[in-house]
This record gives sequence, structure tokens and C-alpha cells, in this order.
Amino acid sequence: MINFDILLFLTLFVVCILVLSLLKNNSKEDNLRDIPAFYRLKGAIELSVEDGSRIHVAIGRSGITSPQGAAAMIGLSMLKRVGNIASESDEPPIATMGDGTIMVLAQDTIRNNYADLGLSSSYSNDLGRMAGITPFSYAAGTMSLIFDEDVSTNLLAGSFGPESALITSAGERSQTLTIAGTDNIPGQAVLFATAHEPLIGEELYAGGAYLGAGPVHVASLHAQDILRWIIVGLLVVGAVSGIISGLTS
Amino acid sequence: MKIKSPLSTAVAIGSGLIVLLTYLINVDEINAVRETLLGWVVIASAAALLVGLINLITVHVNKIRQGKKPLYSFVLVISAVVTFSLTLVLGPGHFIPQGIFQYVQIPVETSLMAVLAVTLTYASARLLSRRPNLFSVIFILTLLLTLLGTAPFFNIEIPFISSILQPFLSKVLAGAGARGLLIGVGLGTVATGIRILIGADRPFSR
Repeated sequence: MINFDILLFLTLFVVCILVLSLLKNNSKEDNLRDIPAFYRLKGAIELSVEDGSRIHVAIGRSGITSPQGAAAMIGLSMLKRVGNIASESDEPPIATMGDGTIMVLAQDTIRNNYADLGLSSSYSNDLGRMAGITPFSYAAGTMSLIFDEDVSTNLLAGSFGPESALITSAGERSQTLTIAGTDNIPGQAVLFATAHEPLIGEELYAGGAYLGAGPVHVASLHAQDILRWIIVGLLVVGAVSGIISGLTS
Repeated sequence: MKIKSPLSTAVAIGSGLIVLLTYLINVDEINAVRETLLGWVVIASAAALLVGLINLITVHVNKIRQGKKPLYSFVLVISAVVTFSLTLVLGPGHFIPQGIFQYVQIPVETSLMAVLAVTLTYASARLLSRRPNLFSVIFILTLLLTLLGTAPFFNIEIPFISSILQPFLSKVLAGAGARGLLIGVGLGTVATGIRILIGADRPFSR
């Protein structure tokens, strides 16, 4: 038995991404809407290289096998981009996470950054740290890192719950910029109130496209927009037909 | 070394496609392969957790050596080693590991939750001064109205707010907003998965 609705949805999504990435290769314009958080992040990365401070990328506590793993993969993509730009700094970027598999992948990401820059001998496993396994132990471990490691910018990109307020408050007290996004809805409400630059809804998933991770990231962002409008259209049609059938019955 | 990167990408794409296939086609043989793959992943995740614990201890041992707040790191290392050793020897069901969890871990995390309540109150109070815009005003107004409608004010329920406004805010407006956000998050999750499956996104390999 074949699940046709999922197959149709995925096929549409893949076709949109592939077609749009081919079109993107022929165009120099990205056509992305303004998300101030990413402009501030780019500025903060350049500033950290200049003043020799450190960027902290928090990838959260989700594992690779859970549905929240996608948010962690976005965190890894952003770590790679931030690392490419800021690895020449005196204090290279540091990553924290709350899951062993993501820690191994984050260490690989940072190690590859160093290898790309020909700085393999400077790499240390301490740059990808497991801060804690439970939500609050992760927050507590990350808070101490923000205070102790000369961090100038905190980028929270991954899966965080309400405990993220402890991390952002540590950023506030150490007078560092905090840019934060999560896939968790209560976590988003908390980050809206506590982070300097919150990333709401799907803005977290746009990180790769805004940090120049490649044309496929931009294409997938446009594909999301197309599919979102299709879903909105179907919801409106469903609601209207429901009202009409209710009135006529 | 040169074969490592394409091999890991091929394994990631192959495993992902097999697991995805089981959501599309319900065939017992493919389901069995998925179960085997997921079993391997569980074992690998447990091993990675152990690696993570070693990383945590190594980082704090280095901090002790460098003299960076050595007392905190010393307490962490001793606690981790003692808890791990006792649980390994006595088993997780023994009353000592259970007691460490029940009488140390849970109270410490509960106290952090209390700190979180204060942190959130303070952050909400500061929101309007830090980011004075329309969305911040709507956020604070919604928060206040929801609180007034949920918790009795000096033990007096405010009729219109408790019975009409608060349910409308939390069930209709907040519910619809949360669904909208979830659609965005869902689409972002699927897009990330597709990028990995077509081999376009592999941040951990060169």
C-alpha cells in the first residue's frame, strides 16, 4: 500500500527545490526578505574577528533521530558558516549541545573548518562541548561558558524549550548579543521576550540561505514559500467549503 | 581519508531513503530493515552519549589544570565520576543512584525552574524598553490579559476577562498563531530533510 499524499507532497517539494536551485544558478539575485537578526549576526561575526572575541553557537539538546534533529542540523549549518568566517579570529567559535551524536557532528564541523583553513594543528575537541544532558543542566553548563570564555555573541540555533531564558539572561548579564531561534513553540515565546534578536517560526530554517551556505538553501527557502501558499489556499478552501456545507445541510 | 566524506554522505542518504521509504510503502521486509537501522542508531547514540560524558569531564579537567574556576569544575568531575561509577556497579534501579536522582538532581533542577520564573518576569518587564514596537506591546497585553483571566486577582474572578476574553485569546488567537508557526517549522523541517537526502546539505563533512 502506497501513501500517495505524502509521496505527492515530497515530490512537489523536491521538484520545487531542484527547479528553483537551477534558476538560482542562472540569477545573481537572492530575493530574500529582510531578517534583521542575520544582518546583526554578520556584523557581530566581523566584529568578533576584529576584537578577538568569541562567537558561541548553541545547538540545543535535540538528538539526530528525533523530529527536532532538523533544527540541530540547521545549527550545524550555521556553525559551519560562522566557523568559515570567524575561524581566523584569535578566539575561534565554540559550540555547545546537549546530545552526544550532535556533539560528534559539531566537532567534525569545526575540525573541517580548521582543515579548510589549514589550521588543523590548532583544533581542539574542547571547541565542541557537551554542556549537559537534561534541559536545565544544559542551560546551566552553557551559562557558565558564556561568562568564562570571552564570548561576544551568542547564536542559539537548534531545539530549546523555556529553559533557554536562563541562557539568554546570562547573555544579557554578560552584555553580549543574543540571536536565538528554536523549533519549540513555547521556546519561541520565551525567546521573543528574552533574546535581543529572536528568530520566529521558520526564520530559524532560513539561516543557511542568509549566511551564504549555497544556492540550494535559497531554493529550499523559496520552495517553502510556494508550499506555504498552497497549504494556506487548501486551508481556506477547506474552511469555506466546511462553512458552505454547514449552511446548506 | 579521501573516501571518508563521500562514504559518510552515502550512508546518511541511503539510511535516510530507506527510513523514508517505510513511510511511503508499507512492506514488512522494508519495515524490518528500518527497525534494524533504528536499533543500530540507538546503540550508536548511547555510545555517543558516553563520548559526550568523557568530553564534559575532559573540558572540566582542563579547566582545573588552567585554574579557571577550579572549584566548580572539581565538584562537577567528582560528582560525575561518583554517580557514573555507582550506577555502573549497583545498577540504575538501586536505591543509591535512585536517591542521587531524586534528592539531588530533581531539587537542583526545580530550583533552576524557580530562577526561570523570576528571569521570565524580569525579561517581560524589560521587553518594552529593549524593543519598543507594536509586537512587544501586543505580547505584553496578551500576557497580562491571559494572566488576569487564568489566575484569580486577589481571589476575585474578573467576569468578562475570565469567561470570554482569556479563552478567546488562548484558544482562538494563540491556537491559530501556534498552528501557523508549526506549519512554518514543519516545512522547514521537511526542507532540511530533503536537502540532506539529495546530498546538498552536509555541514559535518568537507
